[in-house]
Amino acid sequence: MYDAQPMSRPMVVSPERAGSRPLVQVLHDWIVTVDHKKLGVMYFSYGILFLVIGGVEASIMRAQLAVANNHLVSPETFNRLFTMHGTTMIFFAAMPIVFGFANYLMPLMIGARDMAFPRLNAWSFWMSALGGIILYFSFIGGSGLYGAGTAPDVGWFAYAPLTSPAFSVGHSTDYWIIGILVSGFGSIGTALNVLTTILCMRCPGMKLYRMPLFAWMNTVMAVLVLVAIGPLTAAQIMLLIDRYLGGHFFDTQAGGSAVIWMHFFWIFGHPEVYILVLPAFAIVSEVIPVFSRKPIFGYSIMVAATVSIGFISLGVWAHHMFTVGMTSYANAFFVASTAAIAVPTGIKIFNWLGTMWGGKIRYSVAMMFCVGFLCQFLIAGLTGIMLSAAPFDWQLGNSYFVVAHFHYVILGGIVMAVFAGVYYWFPKVTGKMLSETLGKWHFWLFVIGFHLTFDFMHIPGLLGMPRRIYTYDASRGWEIWNLIVSIGVIFQVLGILFWVVNLIITFYKGKKTGNDPWDAWTLEWSTTSPPPDYNFATIPVVRSRRPLWDSKHPEDPDWKYE
Amino acid sequence: MCSRSANCGRQNSTGQSQPVKGPAKWALQCAALLCFLAIVSGASASSFAGGPSSTPSIFNPASTPAHDIYHLSLFVIAICLGIFLVVFSLIVYAAVKFRARVSDDGREPPQIYGSNQVELAWTVIPILIVVVLFLAAARVIHAVEDARFPADAIEVTAVGHQFWWEFQYPGYGFITANVLHVPVSDPNHPRPTHITLLSADTDHSFWVPQLAGKIDLIPNRKNEMWIDPHDLGTYVGQCAQYCGVEHAKMLLTVDVQSPEEFERWTQQQKSPAMVSDQVAAGRQVFESNACVNCHTVTGTGANGKFGPDLTHLMSRTTIAAGAATNTQDNLRLWVKEPDAIKPGALMPAMQLEERDVDALVAYLMSLQ
Repeated sequence: MYDAQPMSRPMVVSPERAGSRPLVQVLHDWIVTVDHKKLGVMYFSYGILFLVIGGVEASIMRAQLAVANNHLVSPETFNRLFTMHGTTMIFFAAMPIVFGFANYLMPLMIGARDMAFPRLNAWSFWMSALGGIILYFSFIGGSGLYGAGTAPDVGWFAYAPLTSPAFSVGHSTDYWIIGILVSGFGSIGTALNVLTTILCMRCPGMKLYRMPLFAWMNTVMAVLVLVAIGPLTAAQIMLLIDRYLGGHFFDTQAGGSAVIWMHFFWIFGHPEVYILVLPAFAIVSEVIPVFSRKPIFGYSIMVAATVSIGFISLGVWAHHMFTVGMTSYANAFFVASTAAIAVPTGIKIFNWLGTMWGGKIRYSVAMMFCVGFLCQFLIAGLTGIMLSAAPFDWQLGNSYFVVAHFHYVILGGIVMAVFAGVYYWFPKVTGKMLSETLGKWHFWLFVIGFHLTFDFMHIPGLLGMPRRIYTYDASRGWEIWNLIVSIGVIFQVLGILFWVVNLIITFYKGKKTGNDPWDAWTLEWSTTSPPPDYNFATIPVVRSRRPLWDSKHPEDPDWKYE
Repeated sequence: MCSRSANCGRQNSTGQSQPVKGPAKWALQCAALLCFLAIVSGASASSFAGGPSSTPSIFNPASTPAHDIYHLSLFVIAICLGIFLVVFSLIVYAAVKFRARVSDDGREPPQIYGSNQVELAWTVIPILIVVVLFLAAARVIHAVEDARFPADAIEVTAVGHQFWWEFQYPGYGFITANVLHVPVSDPNHPRPTHITLLSADTDHSFWVPQLAGKIDLIPNRKNEMWIDPHDLGTYVGQCAQYCGVEHAKMLLTVDVQSPEEFERWTQQQKSPAMVSDQVAAGRQVFESNACVNCHTVTGTGANGKFGPDLTHLMSRTTIAAGAATNTQDNLRLWVKEPDAIKPGALMPAMQLEERDVDALVAYLMSLQ
């Protein structure tokens, strides 16, 4: 039976440290740590750092495109900007952030004292960090010793043969290859760790069917990482062989295949979308129930939908390749598989809605972001349906419509969920509540900016504007839409500023809060805020999916009904 | 249905309860809806123009493949808009209706765990919608990809280069660049143009939205597409697959002509280059410099294949794949300093003396 007050008997594992210590010692603690909470925070902070860098790159591009025939940046610079923006955001912002959540919360949510392999955990983080550093070192070393530095300019999916030595001289592409290769090792390590932790370290009583949905969705995420990163790593190694050992895998001038690279890349690239979005679903699946004051609607169906999303996502990759001239049968197959993934995804949206239905919804900032997520992810899904119809994609593929679509998924879906998660768990991580007032400024500015930018970004795509062009002529009629899109960026930047200020002010001066400020139900809220090194003094025992509900409502516990 | 009512007052642990923001939520929802409608209306604003437009909207089709896609897209958009309105209304309703009231008694709402009937409904209905969408898409895929062509279809081979288009007319035996000329196709007696797509270097994509969806030009691979424009005029598009520095200025034009005009144009293109003694000095400059390594002028020693065929340069209205109009001043600038028009273009600055530039431009202007 779950013990409601485990913290009444604090267990001293490490001696109480003095209040203030030298900076070197603090840094040393962080650098050598194998604690999942510290690593989680480091993953997250690292991701935020790159989120800001990628955001700056995006802002420069939007300034360039705000008016027709602009000369703010050269074409070379623009091409580097979109390559670095995409690579940074996917590999060094989004992935570290979702790994950060998994790292920090997974042991706490399943009643474990750490991840299964703490040293592997630290190693994985530092590999990911190294990858980012290598990628950005290209600014200094990209052209080799004989020239000024350049970042890679091959686009984030780096289609062959642009990456071959004939078209990419110098070393900028090598930095791109090796940076991603190295961070991929880290991702695989983290995935192994998350998976093992969930499978082997659950506290007594926490059967698989009693895990929080957060754990289920991260399980599927980890499996997808293990399956999807492999082909990417293989492709990067083949590309290195092409570039340095005279291989011809993708070297079209020597008979290699450009299309094989696309297959390798997208069989990674599409599951990658779900690697990022499943942890976002995981956050939403924890936040919505707590603020609606109801358990998640259709738990088992949610699990089934998650697993089927995992499976189907491995069979849809060639919808990124509808325009490469596949046969009508191949195109039709990928239309079917891509449209099919809408079914489990739709089920999730309906179940979140079902959770809100009949509840008593408390609109704290975390919940506001979740409702924003629901609306925006709905639209992202529907534009995805449009693109899944291959002939429609023949028009819209590689246009700004696609750019708007996947930013709707990533910013409107994943990042909104991440914001919700930060407002929800920040009191657990720091013991302090983020300001709700600043949070509302953050929410409204960001949402207004998001819609100005990405709603209107669909239109130039429908009007024939391809992506990755550094300029366009005024006669095309795209200028007004691009201007609105660029104006939206200002609001998004302001929103992010409010968020960062909120984080910093709260961290230093925020008001202290209790261990369970939201009156929540999962195990992480049963320990102190911030949790001690060992997480739980006594390992909890659970009898239902909501152990804290059981302890708060002993007269009517969940386990009677599950 | 497994539900129960929890008759337990909620312990308000640390005063965290949040103010209700009903009106604010409404504002969010309405803003999102307005933006979505703005997209649809904005994008369709140019769909009533008819005929060729300088804004290549996919909602203004002028050729069978583009028409087929247009009709499919209206169908798909209608379905998605319907789904959006239903689900969005439900979200708005739930978000407003079930908000915690100021007068809340602090008790937990009934704890409901799910409902198999409801789950079944919102699984089966989406599956049916997916099946319908698949069938609609498969029909258009088949119609466009597996089309048969009449014997008198025009054959063109398009070769993508960094950063321009080569158009070969094997049936006529000439090569031109950047502007694709095709005859108009009478729907009653269709005369489509069948385009074979190749690439000389990196990936490119042929996209003229009013005429057809895009298909990539990939090295070591042969792709195909077809168009049968119904209306005369000039259709614009551009490369839609990132291909290097000047991807943005790899513009594409399709000139749809009447059958007579098209025949006249092919006759003119087939003829060898004009020879004129007045521009002999320029021709001398052209043939004694690196120009001939990359450019062809039929009937002369220049037979380079790397750059556009210049035999009938002056029959084209633009240079540098649409980056500039084909005028004397621009030709001059292009020869002297290509980066001023198209930074990153593979045409080198030729470092000629002023006198030679004058002579060369005079020669180029004679290539009618």
